[in-house]
Amino acid sequence: MSDEEDDIILSELDDEELVQQMMDDLYDGMSEEIEEGVNILLERGWTPYKILTEPLVGGMTIVGHDFRDGILFVPEVLLSATAMKAGMAILKPLLIETGAPRMGKMVIGTVKGDIHDIGKNLVAMMMEGAGFEVVDLGINNAVDSYLEAAAREDADIIGMSALLTTTMPYMKVVIDTLVEQGKRDDYVVMVGGAPLNEEFGTAIGADAYCRDAAVAVETAKEFMQRRHNQA
Amino acid sequence: MSNALSELLETRDWLLADGATGTNLFNMGLSSGDAPEFWNRDEPEKIRNLYRGSVDAGSDLFLTNSFGANASRLKLHDAADQAFEFSKLSAELGREVADASGRKIIVAGSVGPTGEIMGAAGTLAHETAVEMFEETAAGLKAGGADVLWVETISAPEEFKAAAEAFANVDMPWCGTMSFDTAGRTMMGLTSTDMVSMVTALPNQPVAFGANCGVGASDLLRTVLGFSAETPSSALIAKGNAGIPRYEHGHIHYDGTPELMADYATLARDSGATIIGGCCGTMPVHLKAMREALETRPKGARPDLAEIEARIGGFSSATDGTGDTSQEPKRARRSRRRS
Repeated sequence: MSDEEDDIILSELDDEELVQQMMDDLYDGMSEEIEEGVNILLERGWTPYKILTEPLVGGMTIVGHDFRDGILFVPEVLLSATAMKAGMAILKPLLIETGAPRMGKMVIGTVKGDIHDIGKNLVAMMMEGAGFEVVDLGINNAVDSYLEAAAREDADIIGMSALLTTTMPYMKVVIDTLVEQGKRDDYVVMVGGAPLNEEFGTAIGADAYCRDAAVAVETAKEFMQRRHNQA
Repeated sequence: MSNALSELLETRDWLLADGATGTNLFNMGLSSGDAPEFWNRDEPEKIRNLYRGSVDAGSDLFLTNSFGANASRLKLHDAADQAFEFSKLSAELGREVADASGRKIIVAGSVGPTGEIMGAAGTLAHETAVEMFEETAAGLKAGGADVLWVETISAPEEFKAAAEAFANVDMPWCGTMSFDTAGRTMMGLTSTDMVSMVTALPNQPVAFGANCGVGASDLLRTVLGFSAETPSSALIAKGNAGIPRYEHGHIHYDGTPELMADYATLARDSGATIIGGCCGTMPVHLKAMREALETRPKGARPDLAEIEARIGGFSSATDGTGDTSQEPKRARRSRRRS
């Protein structure tokens, strides 16, 4: 039913319907509606963590799956992620205040010489969408930039992206430096980018190659689970 | 509009383009992360050698070393103001090599993506993109390029901005997009979508097509998609020589010269007229491609099964063309008016 005339008033929906509607609105990249929905649930006494995990992370999981399956593409996913971000902006301070559980923290950036940050931005947004804290180092990062940020932020994960054949090998420079400094085991290193593949990730010593942003989220969750089990 | 490339296309059934720029420059000592465009100024002999590698292997056309010579990319290397200069130098060196070759060689001025996002979710405005492309284009024109050649584009907005810039400098042009995501561009464009987009442009390209992407098989599937829509257009096929592997500290593409020779003839059979390679394609591959195109007769249009049998399988089951099931499969709730 796509009756465009049929306006839905979010505040008139019960909790379950509202969560469903917010998942649809996330899918459609509607930022204002997501903000409104988050505020309504807060007023109804939902904890920030419950709002994060059910409508938001739940909705972004659907977006992630449809992206992975070639149903959604980058432009749509960027709009969804922007809507997610709008909701997170309200929740973030409240999550810290209420001491909600942490998923994990990632520093992410595009390697030296590479400006192609579309994939990296997507991963950052989808990781945030999954509840991770993400520190985005932007483009063109030299080895020191990754290492300093990872130490400063007490990160769990270092994410590196490259889209050019000419910049891919730089990922190995970063990993080799981590090894030299005895810090390799402090972080999970995930790599991605269009020219890469699993074999390349293994060859340079990364923990994982992630084909796309949805896979990156699933991989990060697995590694965090393993870390918790070891601790 | 008469131009050197159109004239050459009138006299030939196919043209051999060049291969990789980055892969070749690495072999000459370029460091990972450094901008290849600086070598137009600092290592001109290496760039001449890059071009000569293609020409000596039999290419009729080569792309200049200016892929990243736009303000947005050069900004990373504190050289945003060098876009015109580096582009001009790359074309001048190309002109020199082409004119000294003793045969007709087309110097195609490479114009790569800005790396920024355009459109609804993006940060790069159309006007800014046109301005950036125009600066590169003007440099290439000043350096003596025969034709401009925008490549490795994912977004239709960016392709259109480049086309507009090329009209502004009044140059003939070609354009290729990169289909690397389940047969579509990263932004979701299918081969059919690209044909619709290109044929609606006010300034028509001399030729258009696909470059880079995943493997040679995927690229041919894309070319089949183009030629099914517009059999009379001059189509470009520039596929990678296999997929990258990391060996002994270097990136190595696993496609053999024999495979690329097969790919070249299959590309011609699929409807491409300008055939070359992209990442991983070295002079040795180009030589094999030239020989195959010269000695093997043109064959029938291949189907996907034949491509798979001869040069390997595809990265995805479909490439999104002729597929009507792309709508979200979830039951939709009635949408609110925004």
